[in-house]
Amino acid sequence: MNQQIKTTAEHFQKAPSGIAGLDEITFGGLPKGRPTLIAGAAGCGKTLFALTFLVEGATAYDEPGVFMTFEERADDLVQNVSSLGYDLPGLIAENKLVIDYVRVERSEIEQSGEYDLEGLFVRLGHAIDKIGAKRVVLDTLEALFSGLGDGPVLRAELRRLFQWLKDRGVTAVITAERGAEGQLTRHGLEEYVSDCVIALDNRVDEQITTRRLRVMKYRGSAHGTNEYPFLIDKGGISVLPVTSAGLSHSISDEVVSSGISGIDAMLGIGGYYRGSSVLLSGPSGTGKTTFGSNFVNAACLAGKRAIYFSFEESPEQIVRNMRSVGLDLDSHVNTGLLRFESSRPSLFGLEMHLVLMIRQIDAFNPAVVVVDPISAFRGSESEIHATLLRLVDYLKVKGITVVFNNLVNGEQDDRNEQSLSSLMDVWIGLHDLEANGERNRGLFVLKARGMSHSNQIREYRLGSDGVTLIEPYIGPHGVLTGSARIVQEAQEEAATLERRDEVNRRKREFTEKKSAAERQIAETREALQREEAELLALETVDERKEQTLTASRSAAATRRGATT
Amino acid sequence: MTSPTTPDAAGEDGAEIPDDGIFHFRLYIAGQTSKSLAAIRNLTLLCDTHLPERHKIEVLDLAENPELAAQDQIIAVPTLVRSLPPPLKRMIGTLADPEKFLIGLDYSRPAS
Repeated sequence: MNQQIKTTAEHFQKAPSGIAGLDEITFGGLPKGRPTLIAGAAGCGKTLFALTFLVEGATAYDEPGVFMTFEERADDLVQNVSSLGYDLPGLIAENKLVIDYVRVERSEIEQSGEYDLEGLFVRLGHAIDKIGAKRVVLDTLEALFSGLGDGPVLRAELRRLFQWLKDRGVTAVITAERGAEGQLTRHGLEEYVSDCVIALDNRVDEQITTRRLRVMKYRGSAHGTNEYPFLIDKGGISVLPVTSAGLSHSISDEVVSSGISGIDAMLGIGGYYRGSSVLLSGPSGTGKTTFGSNFVNAACLAGKRAIYFSFEESPEQIVRNMRSVGLDLDSHVNTGLLRFESSRPSLFGLEMHLVLMIRQIDAFNPAVVVVDPISAFRGSESEIHATLLRLVDYLKVKGITVVFNNLVNGEQDDRNEQSLSSLMDVWIGLHDLEANGERNRGLFVLKARGMSHSNQIREYRLGSDGVTLIEPYIGPHGVLTGSARIVQEAQEEAATLERRDEVNRRKREFTEKKSAAERQIAETREALQREEAELLALETVDERKEQTLTASRSAAATRRGATT
Repeated sequence: MTSPTTPDAAGEDGAEIPDDGIFHFRLYIAGQTSKSLAAIRNLTLLCDTHLPERHKIEVLDLAENPELAAQDQIIAVPTLVRSLPPPLKRMIGTLADPEKFLIGLDYSRPAS
């Protein structure tokens, strides 16, 4: 029995809405062959939503559709959506779409005796049969309430209508006006449409409008339960496709350079892991943008694509400014490897920025991304956190390495940063080091997941040759920077020189001593040699004398008688 | 109320004004349901009683001609449309209430 139920659930069919993101939230689309209710206040985009469902069905999924409109005339409808690139007349001509405008004017209708809405059924049925429609939109049924009065007849007929739609096996979308507080729809249509309910919303928060969508109910199917922002622009409707990816992404051992050799050297693996998220925080003027630019520059030099999301500076400004630190970003822009996306943070809500970023990332497919700075985003701490979490998750899944720049006030890290930390794999802090009447820049690695990293505070300089990390000086009084370091270095150099002099003097002395000794040795040796020579000479003389003596002795002996 | 036009040229919006004093009724029904039959019965009775010799009734069955529903903006059935004399009037229901029928169709107004 259980098995039976399970099997049915697995075969639950869905009709893809064709609306980017929505099909991900609903894991495949709207319930096929069943009605779906879309509720929202005026101006939320209900009609557009419903129409997109039909147009996509007709063009992408070979499911013709009937659009029954109670509010807008067919001509108005056609005009209103032509700006989105929907060619309704074309679809109508191809028999893929029928638009039926139902005029309901209370002033024109008198009632006497019983009636039913069979006329509507006939109308709809005829339209469905004419083109073999698989999808139906009723926008907005509530017009019937104002036209016919909210009575038991209408209620009964609506109930019959939804059952009839199910029996016809069409996937229907019914739009409804949002009711007063607490009520989903003004006339309680949700009572009849119970398979799937989607609420649209258009909220103004700090003068920024964000459209949001929520799947309130989806009988028989799992669905994303959050509120998701959605966007209506020339590309139609797209729901933020950030279905939280969670922590199940595959990881990489590949290393991505930070673009600054000094930083690469501080990190145990010589850069960031691919797909990691890097937080670069520091007060103004510490060179965050320069670091970010170096990062994209390195990626582009390696032939990879990069997107730089800038919320404070225009692309031209960044390109110009980076020229002063020796970066030629212009060439990367020209080769198409680098793309700048600049927008004022106040232009959209936080979520909308996320939608746009993800859209662009999807379209461009970069290897690295820079977001500069995240502190520009407005919203509550938890909202920013949630948004970044989704962005990080999304980028991780795609294996995109991201650098977030974050502007912080002075030396103190606010709590916001603390909560950000958990999202980040690498956190590099840029600091102003103030001492001895000057201000120097220092950086250190606060954390780097999965790699050993230097614990030093390193001074760095921004110059025409880029970012240079200076060899650290760690003296008895801690790390010294700027001229203090130079002074200390000079002092040390002097001391070294002194020491070297001393050594030299000692060396010289030793050399002298050594040569003196050697001289002495030489003299002694000479004396010995002389003596030896003399001795030798003496020996020779002596021998000769002896020979002479022997000779004269034998001569005398001969003379004495040997001759005889 | 004088206008020299052909009565039958009067369209859905009733722009043409005839002067023959005849009431033109179109009754839209969907199949031979009890409501449909009741409406036909009631309409015939009302017309015979109040508009003897001054009416024309056309019964249109949407079950047979479904395209008429969209064409003539029919939602509810039965729907009675008085195309003449102008202005065009609509009434939905079985016409069970004679008074409503008479008031709603502006019967009291002189036809000519």
